[in-house]
Amino acid sequence: MATTPTTSRTISVEINGTTYEREVPASRLLVHFLRDDLDLTGTHVGCDTGSCGACTVQLDGAAVKSCCMLAVQADGASLRTVEGLAGEDGELSALQQAFHTHHGLQCGYCTPGMLMSATALLERNPHPSEDEVKLALQGNICRCTGYWNIVEAVVAAGEGGAQ
Amino acid sequence: MTTVETEAPTLQKGAAMGQSVPRKEDGRLVQGQGVFFDDIKRHGMGFLHFVRSPYAHAKIESIDVSAAHELPGVYGTLTGDEVAILTDPFFQIAAPPGGHVKDYALAVGKVRYIGEPVVAVVAQTRELARDAAELVTVEYEPLEVVVDARKALQEGAPVLHEECGGNMSYTGVWEWGDVDAAFAEADHIVSIKELHFDRFNSTPLECDGALVEYNRGTGQWTMYTNNQFPGFAAIMMGPALRVGLDKLRIVTQDIGGGFGNKITTHPQLVVCCLLARKLKRPIQWTEWRTEFHQSMSHGNERWFEDTEVAVKADGTLLGFRTKAIDDAGAYLRYEPLGGVIWSQVAPGMYKWRHLRVEFTQAMTNKAPCSPNRGYSRMQQLWFTERVIDIVAHELGFDPVEIRKRNYVQPEDMPYETPNGCVYDSGDYPRALEMALELVGADRIEERRAEAASRGKLLGLGIGSTLDSGTNNFGQSQLVNPDLQFSGNNEVATVKLDIFGEVVVTLGTTPQGQGHETTAAQVVADTIGCDVDSVHVRAGHDSYWNSHAGFSGTYASQFAVTGLGAVKGAADMLAGQMKQLAAMVFQCAPDDIELAEGFARIKGNPEAALPFMALGAIVNANNAGFPDDPPTLNCRYVYRPPFQVPDKERKFGNLTLTYSMQIHACVVEVDPETGVTEVVDYAAVDDCGTRINPQIVEGQVMGATAHAIGAALWETFAYDEDGNLLTPNFYDYHVPHALDMPPLKTAAIESPSPFTPLGTKGMGEGGGGGIHCICAGIQDALRAAGGAIVTDSHNPYHRVWELIAHPERSRENVEVRSK
Ligand code: FES
Ligand code: FES
Repeated sequence: MATTPTTSRTISVEINGTTYEREVPASRLLVHFLRDDLDLTGTHVGCDTGSCGACTVQLDGAAVKSCCMLAVQADGASLRTVEGLAGEDGELSALQQAFHTHHGLQCGYCTPGMLMSATALLERNPHPSEDEVKLALQGNICRCTGYWNIVEAVVAAGEGGAQ
Repeated sequence: MTTVETEAPTLQKGAAMGQSVPRKEDGRLVQGQGVFFDDIKRHGMGFLHFVRSPYAHAKIESIDVSAAHELPGVYGTLTGDEVAILTDPFFQIAAPPGGHVKDYALAVGKVRYIGEPVVAVVAQTRELARDAAELVTVEYEPLEVVVDARKALQEGAPVLHEECGGNMSYTGVWEWGDVDAAFAEADHIVSIKELHFDRFNSTPLECDGALVEYNRGTGQWTMYTNNQFPGFAAIMMGPALRVGLDKLRIVTQDIGGGFGNKITTHPQLVVCCLLARKLKRPIQWTEWRTEFHQSMSHGNERWFEDTEVAVKADGTLLGFRTKAIDDAGAYLRYEPLGGVIWSQVAPGMYKWRHLRVEFTQAMTNKAPCSPNRGYSRMQQLWFTERVIDIVAHELGFDPVEIRKRNYVQPEDMPYETPNGCVYDSGDYPRALEMALELVGADRIEERRAEAASRGKLLGLGIGSTLDSGTNNFGQSQLVNPDLQFSGNNEVATVKLDIFGEVVVTLGTTPQGQGHETTAAQVVADTIGCDVDSVHVRAGHDSYWNSHAGFSGTYASQFAVTGLGAVKGAADMLAGQMKQLAAMVFQCAPDDIELAEGFARIKGNPEAALPFMALGAIVNANNAGFPDDPPTLNCRYVYRPPFQVPDKERKFGNLTLTYSMQIHACVVEVDPETGVTEVVDYAAVDDCGTRINPQIVEGQVMGATAHAIGAALWETFAYDEDGNLLTPNFYDYHVPHALDMPPLKTAAIESPSPFTPLGTKGMGEGGGGGIHCICAGIQDALRAAGGAIVTDSHNPYHRVWELIAHPERSRENVEVRSK
């Protein structure tokens, strides 16, 4: 039977340094809140089972799948999305740069999620090994690259000592 | 590790061409600034959700949408009854019986697979549309289901499309050479009862969708979408909607992967168009993952029955005969083109001259098929490779030697196959050597013993494939002689604008292949500037006048058709720039050279006009010019040199180029569990001249990953009631980072003599992976009963079966020797 959203709530979240206050229906997923309500369309949707990681964002520092949370659950949290990775002046992060240099993306649809998972990894482990990178990215699907160049890019970003 | 060996190159490599120029596309994509269709919003747009069939085969008794309409925020609905009034059925590529299929944008009267769209509901939000769809009641009367193509063709099977008089959509006999004589001459005849190529697809990470607007004043629709073959979509949609193609504007920018799976979205786009007009508001449709898996573009599943192979005592292969049964699923969206596309590579890479294929396509209660990376050729190549390895296994030949003996040799190039296709260039034996070296094949027996000491079965596998690129659409006439399609075309424009901007538009719809970058490389070298100064518009737009009937990105052709068009337009522009500079300097155009962003007199660098001056003269300062100045706005249509194939003999050149891939792998099988681990992997590719080696290698990697996935984990498995058992990424296991083996790549460059730049299309060469893993498993299992691998898909439980009951698979094979 249908469940009409009869309740909504006002939430406040900080995203990439900006605080947003919005009223959201209870049934809205965090990913759709980001994309549809705030126009932060860098975060993508690739599945409906929490399997692909295209929607990965950082929530209070941890990489989470924003399709597996309701927007109301993010009330009070601090989020970072792909739009928040480059510097104020538009300078790419070392990881973004490494994806570019190592051809770690083709269609670019998985890329925001990959970058967010890898950013979270590099923050807790600045110099990951190849296996550590693969483990950290196992929740992120890429259908274009076969992962080899992605793993290479993340390892290279770590070797540069960036982040 | 990358090794490159180059045949005598025809192309003088430029400053940009031949270099791994980092991609222009990346800047926006790594910052989340790409524009995918779902990122586009319009005021007042309504979100569309489909009500889909829960039955694989059923009559629709009644549909009641009233409860949905009562929900506040619901804008409206569309049913099959309305679609049947407002549109005509889609044009069918098939001749009768398949030509009788009536295919509409929504189910009319009957549903034929689980997940088929029955009703469309539009509401204010995504969530509401989904909830409202739940309120639609549809009553069905279930019918008997058939999910096996072999059974679907039998007498008494439930019939999907009554108009067709049965489930057969296409059948034809393809025979070349003298097959009977070949079998008479053979010393051994190897027969293989049944081989099966499994159903899967490349599952791009972004699902299908569109934002569609209707302009009531002009009657025009604009579709921001991710359809990857706008030329085909328009041809399908125009007649269905009863409008001319000028009314259909298709726009793409960034597309999240395609792999052929996004060619046949025209039914859903028609639904969006009808609703945009009916509800007077923009329509947003985004498919969910489960919907994609249940309803979109599965790859063709194929059976090969009663195969016989004629072999000489020395291992020379003379020919084969087989009966192919192709499963098209419930509707013929791009089919029965799969019924001819395979013949682009009818003999695989081998010199056998006597071939007979009885090809029959069946319709079943499963999702419709349409192109999938390696479309229809992958199945045929897998078949030829499997045959080679089974023959080697049964007659005791070395799989390497039998390949080398039977490969088309470099001195045979260009080589005309028995059915008139022309393999343009390449050195297959040398590529095989390279691949074997990369996986350390010389130490294989040592490694086998070492693995055995750990209780593992180790095997070496080879997969040799061709990626035939740039279709001659005349081949469609081989499955339906009445069709009026032939040749191919692609369009580009290159212009010099008022401030000297070099602007390029393409008809293609890239989904990650880096067209903006490679097009810029070609233009930069042709008109004498750097890559950064060339601005390539992202995507396709029917309003740009840079498209033709076959525009799109599919079938391994951009490096030929797309870049051929770019090169042609850039050459035209270079000629005009020289002409204009010659007018200014009062010299002959031949005295002008274009370099570093200037048109200058050769040998006199002082006399130089920057591109900006040329652009300004033509666009803003043209009065008083003595002659007609050139336009500096050049449009070029690239048209490959094709003839219409001979329909009687089913003979002719069906594709312009043949890239080659040799994959080799070492696998270890755990006999306790059947789990296969790929421990070494190499892919050697030859796609002629490489404009951007890094992008080429990226395509090789991606295609390899698809193949490994298909060989080991990915399958669209159905139960007998027509339920898809793998309807999402939870059950349909695509490879993850941890699944990927170490990979070595290498390249040979044998330029194509037939293309403007010596390039060959190459995006779909991954089939090699399926073959080499099958071969690797069969080789590993030699020490455990000698099972024969008869399926393209070998998950652990199937391998375990092969180990537990090798005799069952062996019953499939028989050798008769004279
Ligand atoms: S969209 Fe969130 S995991 Fe796939
Ligand atoms: S680059 Fe296309 S899905 Fe990863």
